[in-house]
Amino acid sequence: MTTRMPSHAGRTEAARQVTRQPSLLEVSGLVVDLPGPSGGPEIVRVVDGVSFDVPAATTVGLIGESGSGKTMTANALIGLLPDGAETGGELRWRGADLLTATPARRRALRGHEIAMIFQDPLAALNPTQTIARQVGEILRRSGRPRDEVRRRVIELLDRAGVPDPATRADSYPHEFSGGLRQRAVIAMALAGSPALLLADEPTTALDVTVQSRILRLLRSLQDDDGLAMVLVSHDLRVVAHVAQQTVVMYAGRVAERGPTNEVLHRPAHPYTRALVQSVPAVRTRTAIASPLPGTPATPANRPSGCAFHPRCPLARERCKVEQPLIREIAAGQWTACHYAEELQGVRHDPA
Amino acid sequence: MTLLDVRDLRVSFGRRTKVVAVDGVSLAVAPEETVGLVGESGSGKTTVARAVVGLVRPDSGAIVLDGQPLGRIGRRPAVAHRAVQMVFQDPRSSLNPRMTVASVIDEVWRTHPVTAPDGDRTAALHRLLDDVGLDASVARQRPGELSGGQCQRVSIARALAAKPRLLVCDEAVSALDVSVQAQVLRLLVDLREKHHLAMLFISHDLGVVHQIADRIAVMRRGELVEEGPAADVLGAPQHEYTQSLLEAALELNE
Ligand SMILES: Nc1ncnc2c1ncn2[C@@H]1O[C@H](COP(=O)(O)OP(=O)(O)OP(=O)(O)O)[C@@H](O)[C@H]1O
Ligand SMILES: Nc1ncnc2c1ncn2[C@@H]1O[C@H](COP(=O)(O)OP(=O)(O)O)[C@@H](O)[C@H]1O
Ligand code: SF4
Ligand SMILES: [Mg+2]
Ligand SMILES: [Mg+2]
Repeated sequence: MTTRMPSHAGRTEAARQVTRQPSLLEVSGLVVDLPGPSGGPEIVRVVDGVSFDVPAATTVGLIGESGSGKTMTANALIGLLPDGAETGGELRWRGADLLTATPARRRALRGHEIAMIFQDPLAALNPTQTIARQVGEILRRSGRPRDEVRRRVIELLDRAGVPDPATRADSYPHEFSGGLRQRAVIAMALAGSPALLLADEPTTALDVTVQSRILRLLRSLQDDDGLAMVLVSHDLRVVAHVAQQTVVMYAGRVAERGPTNEVLHRPAHPYTRALVQSVPAVRTRTAIASPLPGTPATPANRPSGCAFHPRCPLARERCKVEQPLIREIAAGQWTACHYAEELQGVRHDPA
Repeated sequence: MTLLDVRDLRVSFGRRTKVVAVDGVSLAVAPEETVGLVGESGSGKTTVARAVVGLVRPDSGAIVLDGQPLGRIGRRPAVAHRAVQMVFQDPRSSLNPRMTVASVIDEVWRTHPVTAPDGDRTAALHRLLDDVGLDASVARQRPGELSGGQCQRVSIARALAAKPRLLVCDEAVSALDVSVQAQVLRLLVDLREKHHLAMLFISHDLGVVHQIADRIAVMRRGELVEEGPAADVLGAPQHEYTQSLLEAALELNE
């Protein structure tokens, strides 16, 4: 099922101008089907009609709880899905459809125009090769002379904040701390001069002080080098810090998306509101949030109608039977809730 | 008045290349008090917890409960063994995958016969599960069939079954999704009141510790660098290490 964006009712002229800036990547109605457990006949729709845009030099945060489909969405963008996966919907890269592109074209995009970094930097690095060799891999393959590759590798490590890069380049991954390894992985991702970086939980395995330095680096890559980013995280604080746009996922679907400031401070979906309320403050003492009942729904076990209905404080009969289509409730802010207008403080521009 | 007194604790690992994991830590927990222990990974928090419940042998120093020094877990008098219970970080791997929830609890009752219910065991089991917010049907299930949050509730039920006075929680909510994390935190706070528990609550998440702890101790490389009321340590930190931790911590609203 491919959900199409509904008409742009209720937009102001100004908002129309803003949203018309060209996007690098347009994801619309993305669907990913995986074979069910132990190759059974049932398929599981782990990503179900996900739509969002990534404008140039913009960071889009993808948030949601474990199993909500963040990684599957990010991996679908770059064509890295498990065997047997079927993808549907539309992925447009600079206006051209990616899903129907030839495998060769997609391979060419990967690593060059679109690069990816993962949660576990060790898994991304080969323990038997020096950092320099791995960072320079993509450059060597493009046939650049050795001394030029070496020079560029040192530049890249320096850009990623590896201290004393000329010496450290010849180290092996195990000689690097967790934070340095993630910097090396970032240098590796930058080697192909990508326009878009997909980062899946890039700081989850790191201590706070290291995390804050890596986030600063990611921000400067966007501000100074004009890199666009899709940042996958379950940590709302990380997304609040780095992303201009936020997409909230629940059970494989988009619950809400829009400008980070609006989504996190004036949520237009009861699930986002609950997530925001459950993040404790650090410097002041906050009360423990009144928790949502139950546990996060998974795509394999998705409730009928609105997948959030068994846990939703606003749910009523309609929610059990009718899946809410995503709609624009205020300029640039989209919600998949029938009753979003009832949330306190939410913006809504009546059509 | 002190319930737990950790006195100048030192723990090291390894023979040839020695790693000093805990290097002279002293820490007191009063009855019904919650003390938060924070610090970066590798700072020694888990090792302190494991020493308190008697899972590692200290090089020197003492773990004192109600004025009585305690040894390793197997050498502890039954009363002391029971009084200090631990909830671990990884909800799934801290439970035996082959045991049903009912047999997990039954094992506690067999280990500590004084805690075993006199009358109907099934009714007592269901009361205990209800206490931690689990349905009675969970009794027949094994960890593999339960979610992370449910497994963590089972770990808490297992600890409570021993009727402890001190609950040691090592990153007990860190592996949980935020919406489930709030459920388990609420549960811990409710149970703390109901059963008059003291807690040693370990977490790298300063926000969570601020919500639950009366006092906070900050560890760095095996040592305590700062300790005091939660509001002081996180509101007006004195030690530069605590300050740097706070500086790096992100807030949702800033
Ligand atoms: N290789 C796979 N084969 C089959 N199902 C999978 C596979 N990987 C993930 N899934 C399922 O797809 C759904 C979405 O998973 P995904 O990894 O995208 O979640 P996520 O939001 O990234 O979660 P987390 O925060 O835990 O990383 C889940 O229900 C998961 O069980
Ligand atoms: N069983 C063990 N064997 C060897 N070294 C250990 C063991 N447990 C912990 N350590 C070391 O002790 C130090 C403190 O670890 P730990 O107490 O786990 O810290 P934390 O819980 O604060 O992350 C680390 O350097 C760690 O590598
Ligand atoms: S559609 Fe209904 S159940 Fe879903 S979020 Fe909105 S009110 Fe809640
Ligand atoms: Mg993931
Ligand atoms: Mg630990």
